[in-house]
Amino acid sequence: MASAQVYPASEPARWKYLDRIRTRRGPYTTEAYDPSMVAEAMENMMILVIGAGGLGCEILKNLALSGFKNIHVIDMDTIDISNLNRQFLFRQADVGSFKAEVAAKFVEKRVKGVKITPHNCKIQDKDEDFYMKFQLVVCGLDSIEARRWINATLVNMVDEEVEDSYKPLIDGGTEGFKGQARVIFPTITSCIECQLDMHAPRPAVPLCTLASIPRQPEHCIEWAHVIAWDKEKPFPKLDKDDSEHITWLYQKALIRAREFNIPGVTYSLTQGVVKNIIPAIAATNSVIAAACCNEALKIASSCAPSLGYPDNNYMMYSGNDSIYTYTFKHEKKDDCPVCGNLARELVVDPEWTLCELVESFAARPEAQLKKPSIRAESKTLYMQSPASLEEQTRPNLKKTLRELGLAEGEEIGVTDPAFATVSFKFKLKFKQ
Amino acid sequence: MTEIVASQMPPILHGPSEKERKYDRQLRLWAASGQAALESANILLVNSGAGTVGVETLKNLVLPGIGRFAIYDDRVVDEADLGVNFFLDEDSLGKPRSQCVTELLLELNPEVQGDWYPKEDDATLESLLAASPMFTVIMYTNPVRAEYIHLFESYSRQHKTPLVAIHSAGFYSSFQLHLPGAFPIVDTHPDETATTDLRVLSPWSELGEFARNMAIDIDKLDDHEHGHLPYVVLLIHFIDQWKRSHRNEYPSTYKDKLEFRRLVQTAARTGNPEGGEENFDEAAAAVLKALVPPSLPSGLKEIFDYQPKDPDEESSGFWIIASAVKDFYTENGCLPLPGNLPDMKAKSYVYIQLQNIYKRKAREDVAQVLGRVRAIPAGEHIDPAEVELFCKNAAHVKLINATGGKAEVDTSLAGRLKKVVDQELANDEFAKEAMMPLSLVPIYLALQATAHVASASAQEIIAEVAKVVPDAAQNESIASAAQEVARAEGGELHNVAALTGGMVAQEMIKIITKQYIPIDNTCIFDGINSRCQVLRL
Repeated sequence: MASAQVYPASEPARWKYLDRIRTRRGPYTTEAYDPSMVAEAMENMMILVIGAGGLGCEILKNLALSGFKNIHVIDMDTIDISNLNRQFLFRQADVGSFKAEVAAKFVEKRVKGVKITPHNCKIQDKDEDFYMKFQLVVCGLDSIEARRWINATLVNMVDEEVEDSYKPLIDGGTEGFKGQARVIFPTITSCIECQLDMHAPRPAVPLCTLASIPRQPEHCIEWAHVIAWDKEKPFPKLDKDDSEHITWLYQKALIRAREFNIPGVTYSLTQGVVKNIIPAIAATNSVIAAACCNEALKIASSCAPSLGYPDNNYMMYSGNDSIYTYTFKHEKKDDCPVCGNLARELVVDPEWTLCELVESFAARPEAQLKKPSIRAESKTLYMQSPASLEEQTRPNLKKTLRELGLAEGEEIGVTDPAFATVSFKFKLKFKQ
Repeated sequence: MTEIVASQMPPILHGPSEKERKYDRQLRLWAASGQAALESANILLVNSGAGTVGVETLKNLVLPGIGRFAIYDDRVVDEADLGVNFFLDEDSLGKPRSQCVTELLLELNPEVQGDWYPKEDDATLESLLAASPMFTVIMYTNPVRAEYIHLFESYSRQHKTPLVAIHSAGFYSSFQLHLPGAFPIVDTHPDETATTDLRVLSPWSELGEFARNMAIDIDKLDDHEHGHLPYVVLLIHFIDQWKRSHRNEYPSTYKDKLEFRRLVQTAARTGNPEGGEENFDEAAAAVLKALVPPSLPSGLKEIFDYQPKDPDEESSGFWIIASAVKDFYTENGCLPLPGNLPDMKAKSYVYIQLQNIYKRKAREDVAQVLGRVRAIPAGEHIDPAEVELFCKNAAHVKLINATGGKAEVDTSLAGRLKKVVDQELANDEFAKEAMMPLSLVPIYLALQATAHVASASAQEIIAEVAKVVPDAAQNESIASAAQEVARAEGGELHNVAALTGGMVAQEMIKIITKQYIPIDNTCIFDGINSRCQVLRL
């Protein structure tokens, strides 16, 4: 075993440890594995990293030290001081610069021979031709919306006739001491949209609680954020990164809390609620990013079986109480609006107004659509844009589903500007 | 209107400091107390072999602001280091690895201090251990010289220093915590839902009165009042009602509880515009969890039964408070009330009243425990805040390494290893048939076989494992693990080293801050199947 031939990369001495694994057969490598091709194939591969934050910095480092030579990274954000406790490619002096640019430069300088191309923009600014260039996509994002967008894009790009159109997607996410890593082979395995209900949004506090019966410090903060700000407009536009704006909200929340004797409003909590801050540390990013890149290496080299197909595709990690991982197969859903072809059942009350239906999409774990437009089989029910269509369809919002002539079993199509390419198909089922 | 509000504005408040802003995302996890503990910690890494996993661990500790670290590593940087270790570059070639890594790690956080050894050829690990300020934790990576282990163990015994042994090779890794005695944790950070303790089955007098007064004419209340009765009040009211028709007994069986839930559900008004009542929905949803008589969680029972092993332990705040809480429990038949009240549909002032009732009771319980603490010798100097934290978390306090470890001699450790291994391999026979994941213990054994050597062939590894598992050669999992470890020849994959370094750093943070729950005591990672297993070895 140990005497098997090593097929070296271009700098054999440097990649000694890596080559022992990626260019030598192990007890679990498949028959199809061709060790003589691996090093060169990986050097020519183009890999895209989405996000240059906590996970992204780790991912870039890991890929550069896994033998990938041509890496692109895309991130629209600039560096904030609160990034420095974990985003280790950034220093105090980099605050305000583009993350993708600083990260790319740092890793290029540290790891000789790797080329990293930064894109300081939104993923939505790039088209299919751009994404088509890559053989592998690794995501380290903090937004579900961006994940859903890239997932839908990669699924839509699949052309059964063209082998190169299948782009494996590796996705990581963390929260505190917990995280997950998953591998998606678009149209072949369960996709991010299939798994959406694993990441249900926190239920929103009802407006009437905010407006009349606050009980928690969070209710006071949300009141300041949603109601007081709109009413008083102390600044033209709320900038959640501007401490002056947060201080205004904090003080408003504090006054409200005093009025109702509610303890616990602090600056830190205000910031946390308004920005929806998720705690993050270097250690967890290290675990999850490396789990993702380990899969990238295995997929790119076949030197060991990867997550994805045919078995397990999802690793859940939790470090709060001891260490616990759960690695399992998330099943593909036939009624997935992105990769399935069946309409998903949607339980509704026929007495709901269309407005209630529209609003319900945001909270449904399996939909999470904030600005849905809805079409029935024979007519348009409600369009968020353009303005003229919105105006035309607005009167429908007040009508009940029954009044609109919708019947049990009828299919509706729902679109949302956040996922321009996808039409979510639902089949109505009336609540008893 | 705006002017009036503006004049009520509290004075301009100072925003967070620069440091609070930098550490914001982690302070939300371990608070200022945890951060202070990190900042006063001093970590030693004794590095060896491919040398990446320990450095990745340190990276994850330098970033959140560990006080100081030292690296002892006698290797000189070569080409292969640059292919696996991110904290080295072209300029490092030919220089001491400990020096180069230290310098590049220190760039990450100006608040952290670090040093490297050996600086001269004759500086030994022994002299470093003797001359340095006390280390909070010592980490060492395999392959490690066998004589070092004795040094670490004697240092650990003398200073009660936790040790962490780490091994990363190819797709596999493992690490083991050696805690110098029983390790109690109070601030375990359980899920919020797990900490709710409402006492609706046996409300103390103030709570009972409050609830009964509110619900006394429940049927006469108008819809608004009725729909805003807090669910705690509803549960107490309906339990009273249930008891009247059930020989004064509360719903205790699962069947009873389902019936009780129906009772609550049918009492909700449905003739209102909403067609139901949210507070009744909340009450019904809480039935199964809230209608549970007080009991002693197994973790706490272990603590109550524990006999402190030496005078240091006996006089420690934790064990004094534990014994006071035990007395409290014996006398009251329940633990001190945690005192938090989950959010529930209610009018603001009613909710706040109710919240204060819970808080008051919690404070009374703390005072009672504090009184008992003060009556114990050495208990008079204990910080009341420590007592309060214990009372608040009592149900979730946890003891790691309860048997101590240090008192056990090598033979019993080997005996325990053998027992666990036999058990794991026996379980695998069933796991295979049930298509369940197999034990990772073969990986641990294969790695351990190379704990003191740079590399070994699969045959050599199997021969070594056979000392624990006589028929190792016939076991398919062991044979494969041995081949996989041999394939790496002691080399690291950066990803596996980084992943393991992340896990070890989490454990270090837990040990140093005494928050969250560390592993007890060995974690094995399989990078081929992407999963972990924790075993007590």
